[in-house]
Amino acid sequence: MALGDDALVLSHRLGEWAGHAPVLEEEVALANIALDLLGQARVLLSTVGDEDELAYLREERAFRNLQLVEQPNGDFAHTIARQLYFSTYQHLLYGQLAAGDSTFAPLAGKAVKEVAYHQDHARQWTLRLGDGTQESHARMQRAVDALWRFTGEMFQPLPGLDVNGQDLHTRWTATITAVLQEATLTVPDGPHSGAWSAGAGRQGLHTEPFGRMLAEMQHLHRSHPGATW
Amino acid sequence: MATAVDGTDATGTLQSAFDTAVAAEERIEPRDWMPDAYRATLVRQIAQHAHSEIIGMQPEANWITRAPSLRRKAILMAKVQDEAGHGLYLYSAAETLGTSRDELLDKLHSGRQKYSSIFNYPTLTWADVGAIGWLVDGAAITNQVPLCRCSYGPYARAMVRICKEESFHQRQGYELLLALSRGTQAQHAMAQDAVDRWWWPSLMMFGPPDDESAHSAQSMAWKIKRHSNDELRQRFVDICVPQAASLGLTLPDPDLRWNEERGHHDFGPIDWAEFKEILKGNGPCNEQRITQRRRAHDEGAWVREAAAAHAAKHAGPSTGPSAEPSTGPSAGPLHEGRAA
Repeated sequence: MALGDDALVLSHRLGEWAGHAPVLEEEVALANIALDLLGQARVLLSTVGDEDELAYLREERAFRNLQLVEQPNGDFAHTIARQLYFSTYQHLLYGQLAAGDSTFAPLAGKAVKEVAYHQDHARQWTLRLGDGTQESHARMQRAVDALWRFTGEMFQPLPGLDVNGQDLHTRWTATITAVLQEATLTVPDGPHSGAWSAGAGRQGLHTEPFGRMLAEMQHLHRSHPGATW
Repeated sequence: MATAVDGTDATGTLQSAFDTAVAAEERIEPRDWMPDAYRATLVRQIAQHAHSEIIGMQPEANWITRAPSLRRKAILMAKVQDEAGHGLYLYSAAETLGTSRDELLDKLHSGRQKYSSIFNYPTLTWADVGAIGWLVDGAAITNQVPLCRCSYGPYARAMVRICKEESFHQRQGYELLLALSRGTQAQHAMAQDAVDRWWWPSLMMFGPPDDESAHSAQSMAWKIKRHSNDELRQRFVDICVPQAASLGLTLPDPDLRWNEERGHHDFGPIDWAEFKEILKGNGPCNEQRITQRRRAHDEGAWVREAAAAHAAKHAGPSTGPSAEPSTGPSAGPLHEGRAA
């Protein structure tokens, strides 16, 4: 469910970009990534229960997503930094799961291909923005710094999933470091233990913007109890 | 002046080759000679079409974050993504006529080029997403299917791809309304209200009546257009009436009835005053739509600048702009192509 919530919430955030992207090609790309994530969310949530009940009828304390994915879009650099951090994590995680023999292996095997594309997209934009103009460099550095503290959560153990968090952490840090350095950016050195404590989002402890996001997402569904759409 | 006479003769030959090609239903391609007015009409029409796809993302994107089920949300996201893709095809088609996307977007942002009047209406409820799919996309398809046989090749080919996706969207819109119509009383009422608001604006999408349509005769002669505005509008009404009945919804026109003699549905008068006001920029959302588009463009400027700066820094010495002219065959003489 935690992985389904990650995909659901980030997909929603990316959906907010529709009609607002800096170039038409990014309208297509961001929507594409949002759709992939929504597809993953639907499969993952369906393994736990009814996808719509889970998405629309849980309150924020019951969501298990990372605080990182619920962060508002900010400017394009913030969206890209969030995407870089998350897709790198997801790529490594799904790689591990795909290689294992859990019930998630087939799903992870399929999703890992999509996520490789997401990661490449985020990496390319990190390079362009980091090593673009003075302004884009400054914005990208700000974004990378601002979201850093939400990254520690990704390496906490996930109940029910056999994931090597230490290996995940090491490889994630190596990948991110390489991309940021190539993008002429400085790797943040602050703590990355989450807004409250590591693993907060996974325990249903979220940041303030998340409640407002859910209010918008769930409002219509909740206004018509029992209706089918 | 001898040169002027020669020039006129050459143009005359080119013109007659063009006319012959159009009459023979051959495609005009980018490097073929074409009358200036034909080129200008196509640029105007394709640009307006591209702009409509881009502005048309807004009323629907307005509901992405509020879609009431994950399945509907995925369908809507995919649709809005398709629209951005259609915009891209169409800007590319327009660029084959010697303009650029930047130039066209600039004209859109400054109000010098238009987009379809329909997108100046607001999406007030979820059912509007269905009404747009069924009626607005339905009207667009009725208009666009004949464009697949348009005399200008790049436009015709873009339309083949676009129409396939559009008809998919239309069926999804119909299916959305059907689910509402068969749902709770509140859902049914929501669907009926949306159809009531979108019906007349959809009929206006076919443009002014034939006797007031300035460009129609010329466009038909050039085989850009295949049917008149009124013909297409009538075809659309005839298609929609039975569909509305099977949806269990009514169309908001007391004059709508089958005319045995004509073999068509008669329908009531369209409020052309409203249409003109919207075209003048006084519709409910004109200001909002163009402001959002400009803002997305302006706020994205630093991103585009970064991409350009990055590309310039990492371009090899052989791929600089100075290498470009020798790579394309586009510098051929005017006489090449169709007229040769």
